[in-house]
Amino acid sequence: MHNLSVEHLIGIKDLTKHDIELIFKTADSFKQVINRPIKKVPSLRDITIANLFFENSTRTRLSFELAEKRLSADVINFSASSSSVTKGETLIDTVNNILAMKVDLVVMRHPNPGAAKFLSERIKAKVVNAGDGTHEHPTQALLDAYSIREKHGDDFKGKKVVIVGDISHSRVALSNIFCLQKLGAEVMVCGPTTLIPKFIGELGVKIEHNLRNALEWCDVANMLRIQLERQEIQFFPSLREYSMLFGLDKKLLDSLDKKITIMHPGPINRGVEISSDVADSDQSIILQQVENGVAVRMAIIYLLASKIDRS
Amino acid sequence: MDKRTILNSTHFEITLKRLASQLKENHQSFENSVLIGLQPRGIHVLERLKKILEADLKKPLLCGQLDITFYRDDFRRREQPIIPSVTNIDFIIENKNVVLIDDVLFSGRTIRSGLDALLAFGRPNKVELLAFIDRRFERHLPIQADYIGKTVDTLSSQRVSVEWKEIEGEDQVLLYTQETKNA
Repeated sequence: MHNLSVEHLIGIKDLTKHDIELIFKTADSFKQVINRPIKKVPSLRDITIANLFFENSTRTRLSFELAEKRLSADVINFSASSSSVTKGETLIDTVNNILAMKVDLVVMRHPNPGAAKFLSERIKAKVVNAGDGTHEHPTQALLDAYSIREKHGDDFKGKKVVIVGDISHSRVALSNIFCLQKLGAEVMVCGPTTLIPKFIGELGVKIEHNLRNALEWCDVANMLRIQLERQEIQFFPSLREYSMLFGLDKKLLDSLDKKITIMHPGPINRGVEISSDVADSDQSIILQQVENGVAVRMAIIYLLASKIDRS
Repeated sequence: MDKRTILNSTHFEITLKRLASQLKENHQSFENSVLIGLQPRGIHVLERLKKILEADLKKPLLCGQLDITFYRDDFRRREQPIIPSVTNIDFIIENKNVVLIDDVLFSGRTIRSGLDALLAFGRPNKVELLAFIDRRFERHLPIQADYIGKTVDTLSSQRVSVEWKEIEGEDQVLLYTQETKNA
């Protein structure tokens, strides 16, 4: 089987281990492509892709757009702030209008959990979830795991990954947990009690409230951003206190008896969850994550587009 | 499935040596020439020719492997997507004389994709094509090889398989014919 088991990419939860490995293998080839003098292949020249961003994004939108253009697809962009959504149009109406322009694949970010699934059940085009509220962000999880694989090798068995920060409001955390577990890695979450969901233990992850203990346990630390925009009430006394207890600085990093890998999905709040010297250190693979993001997204779009029926 | 041998191991070797000599005749010391094998099966032809030529010229040749998956024109027209192989060209082909190498020349579509894929590595001075087996009369595109191991006349329903000592255990070229019910 050289094909994905799914028709849309809604969440990592729906993928099999084989799907994830297929995406990685395809991404390997695309990574070669984007490091050539001419970084473009003609595979998707008869495909039109709509990027629908109902929520702000720079990195993810640029990464998707670049991936689509590298595959020679035609791309249209839409962002909610400058559209009729502000005039009261529903999601389905907006999307149907865009589909009437003969779009084959939709990449969507939306503030409501489940929006991508809702859409995929109602339209003919393929859907890629670029983040739906606090639910999932599958492409980020795939590029994170891909970056870990690049650094630590193919076999995730026994690899220990800690996700630090605002787990409650993070779609990156949930997708990462599913993805790493499917690949065989052990996952721990670390953060203030108020930012760890009550039932997260049921997913089979370890829980730790002390950053040092977490770092001593892990091979890879994924430092998440505090999502102040999603927090309707205050979950911790001050950013300063958060930074003191859960921020990673060089002193703490150097005091560990092993060299762990540092990741961050961006955007970084320098001095809050991670200090500048850690973000720029040789243990950090933050910029590799960005580069891999394009290759992984190319692979996902390529594999989904191969399932579009032309007849 | 009816099976017929087109080339046995002796003729296989002779053919490779002749192709190597023809290449040498046109490219002499390979000063400005590179050999590029098409993935997945063309690279075996490349490896053998490389071995013969390097032993003869007593110097390493510039060789590469080219994968054309993303340049194919049958994307989404096939049942299964094709899993790409490795492209391994660590030099710029700008102004080089390139010899594209494949095992079987059939419809010519692979070569068309290969020419497209090649452009990502620069503008070659000249591109030639070497096909170990040429299935003439089966072309969909106006593409001909400059060096041909053996020309065979086949039906499109038949299958030509080039087998290698390193992989299948024996050097040979086989022609498979699907048996019809009436036969």
